[in-house]
Amino acid sequence: MKRTAMTTTYREAMREAIREALQRDDRVFLMGEDVGAYGGCFAVSLGLLEEFGPERIRDTPLSEAGFVGAGIGAALGGMRPIIEIMTVNFSLLALDQIMNNAATLSHMSGGQFSVPVVIRMTTGAGRQLAAQHSHSLEGWYAHIPGLRILAPATVADARGMLWTALTDPDPVLIFEHGSLYNTSGELGDDAGAVDIDTAAIRRPGADVSLITYGGTLPTVLEAATQLMKEGIDAEVLDLRTLRPLDDSAILATVARTHRAVVVDEGWRSGSISAEISARITEAAFFDLDAPVGRVCSAEVPLPYAKHLEQAALPSVARVIAAAREAVGQHG
Amino acid sequence: MNPERAERAERAAARIRSNPEHARRLLHQMLRVRRFEEKCVELYSAAKIRGFMHVYIGEEAVAAGVLATLEPGDAVVATYREHGHALLHGVAAGAILAEMYGFEQGCCHGRGGSMHLFDAATRFFGGNAIVAGGLPVAVGLALADKMTGRSRVTVCFFGEGAVAEGEFHESLNLAALWQLPVLFCCENNLYAMGTALGRSESQTDLALKAASYEIPAWPVDGMDVLAVEEAARRAVSAVRAGSGPHFLELRTYRFRAHSMYDPERYREKAEVSQWLERDPIDLLRGAVEAAGELSETQWSEVQAQVDAEVQAAVDFAEAGTLEPVEELTRHVYTDRAATDLDATDRDATDRKRP
Ligand SMILES: Cc1ncc(C[n+]2csc(CCOP(=O)(O)OP(=O)(O)O)c2C)c(N)n1
Ligand SMILES: [Mg+2]
Repeated sequence: MKRTAMTTTYREAMREAIREALQRDDRVFLMGEDVGAYGGCFAVSLGLLEEFGPERIRDTPLSEAGFVGAGIGAALGGMRPIIEIMTVNFSLLALDQIMNNAATLSHMSGGQFSVPVVIRMTTGAGRQLAAQHSHSLEGWYAHIPGLRILAPATVADARGMLWTALTDPDPVLIFEHGSLYNTSGELGDDAGAVDIDTAAIRRPGADVSLITYGGTLPTVLEAATQLMKEGIDAEVLDLRTLRPLDDSAILATVARTHRAVVVDEGWRSGSISAEISARITEAAFFDLDAPVGRVCSAEVPLPYAKHLEQAALPSVARVIAAAREAVGQHG
Repeated sequence: MNPERAERAERAAARIRSNPEHARRLLHQMLRVRRFEEKCVELYSAAKIRGFMHVYIGEEAVAAGVLATLEPGDAVVATYREHGHALLHGVAAGAILAEMYGFEQGCCHGRGGSMHLFDAATRFFGGNAIVAGGLPVAVGLALADKMTGRSRVTVCFFGEGAVAEGEFHESLNLAALWQLPVLFCCENNLYAMGTALGRSESQTDLALKAASYEIPAWPVDGMDVLAVEEAARRAVSAVRAGSGPHFLELRTYRFRAHSMYDPERYREKAEVSQWLERDPIDLLRGAVEAAGELSETQWSEVQAQVDAEVQAAVDFAEAGTLEPVEELTRHVYTDRAATDLDATDRDATDRKRP
């Protein structure tokens, strides 16, 4: 059967995913600040209010703890809420609800309750928004047992992860990097749910494994293209899910290339990149031909000025330098 | 007796005489909580129970009065001082006590302890050790009921200390804005640990504060179980009828320390003794006797029943066993093999009912 593919943006793919979920299951509703009349602060939900009405595209007051907690309660009450938080920075006001309720209720109740809530939020830097709108805190959330953490980096994952997340009985957090909304890709018109368990190889290669997720995937793919020109054949692994990590995919790529560089827009200290590096050295130490490298954000609250912000973030040049280092080519 | 008190006493007597059975039942319910918790304190001293434990002794009229007005299917969200709420909402005393022993037979298999009692079968959603942490969840449970057109009520208990938290403000605003079927029950026992209300709130009239969210709210004598029940019945039926959230400020007092580790430096002995004179159990017992509806034999029977229940709970807990340590990481995520997750699952709560 011939499938027609069309070009679509990450934003449109996400919107289509929400629309499909609303159509398929009457327990699903979207709730958050400015998701309705405004159309979503990143225009993800634009047009959905007109289509589904204010009950299911529910504008909330500025009350992150209140509406995230209400989403948890609604999930306990049998609904399947999609909660949108404008950015990860504001999710800190709801951390109590996410950490102390969503992540703990199943366990504290001895398995009597599940919390099938999905919480979406924007993450990441690159738009000169300075230190209260630019951080990548998904690694923090990945620290918490009881949560599942997703980082869709492609149009297909933006389209397909949401439905699978909604069928998960436990709380799922979806981190959407702000720089990805305008990226585009091909999507078959039969595109739909995808798995949320496994990492994906976005570019096969033999010389070094570049392990990343979310907003830095395009950066890493660009670096891999340039590295090829100098004869370094990099494999790019997109983690897709940060908790639970797909250990077998991580170890398998390292077993193939014997060299690994982790690229993460979070800070380096105490980070998800540290966790991945530790797992590699714990489980694949003798496969390694070089120390595990890391490219992370500079240890600074992200600055406003463009040149400083860019200097703080993982870049194509820094990824290339780290890959060269790993394969033993310097300068 | 001042005229107002006298009038109230007369009304209470009339009420008791109109349904003496019910009055005796309320007495029974309060005594269940009292004797159960006295036993908990004893067992805590004997190191059978550990962790933080907070008893409700002195406040029983609040839970007994409010919970008497609920129907099956209504939900309860409470705090870490929730043994009484769990018991009166229908969780078995043995399962609660076994939970505090940390045993597998506990209502949460020993994962929660005193502060985190849960029971899916009766829709008892905790047990929450974060002050005000349960309010947004109660709002969400009510939202689910409203969106699905169910006529259930969610009752949310919290201490007056929670009123200073941001989650209190956010929750009352949301509930009122969306006209959700939730009853907020503020258990004003005048202290949050050692902080007196006047030292934490600029506005100490809590019903007035709630009313500023356009929520019908009124104060109630929380030592008078009949008054609590009457107020709660009015509020619950309004909530169930779709009139949006309601708020009760239940004025009460805890007779014991905040927890098992509290030297009570912040209040005067004289204040405590004054309140002890308004012991809710003594008050109702006196009123029922005065109405001629509680014979010596009847009172003995109530006590004997309660003692037997408490003893049975202790026996149940004492016979408990520890969950194998191999199961340590169970229940962090839902056990999909043991749970029906197919499309016919319309209600997470119903699904988990036995
Ligand atoms: C968010 C939060 N802050 C502080 C505490 C510590 N703490 C436990 S109980 C309590 C007092 C709460 O008083 P109140 O709400 O009046 O309830 P009461 O204990 O009187 O029933 C405090 C401060 C906590 N558990 N949660
Ligand atoms: Mg108090």
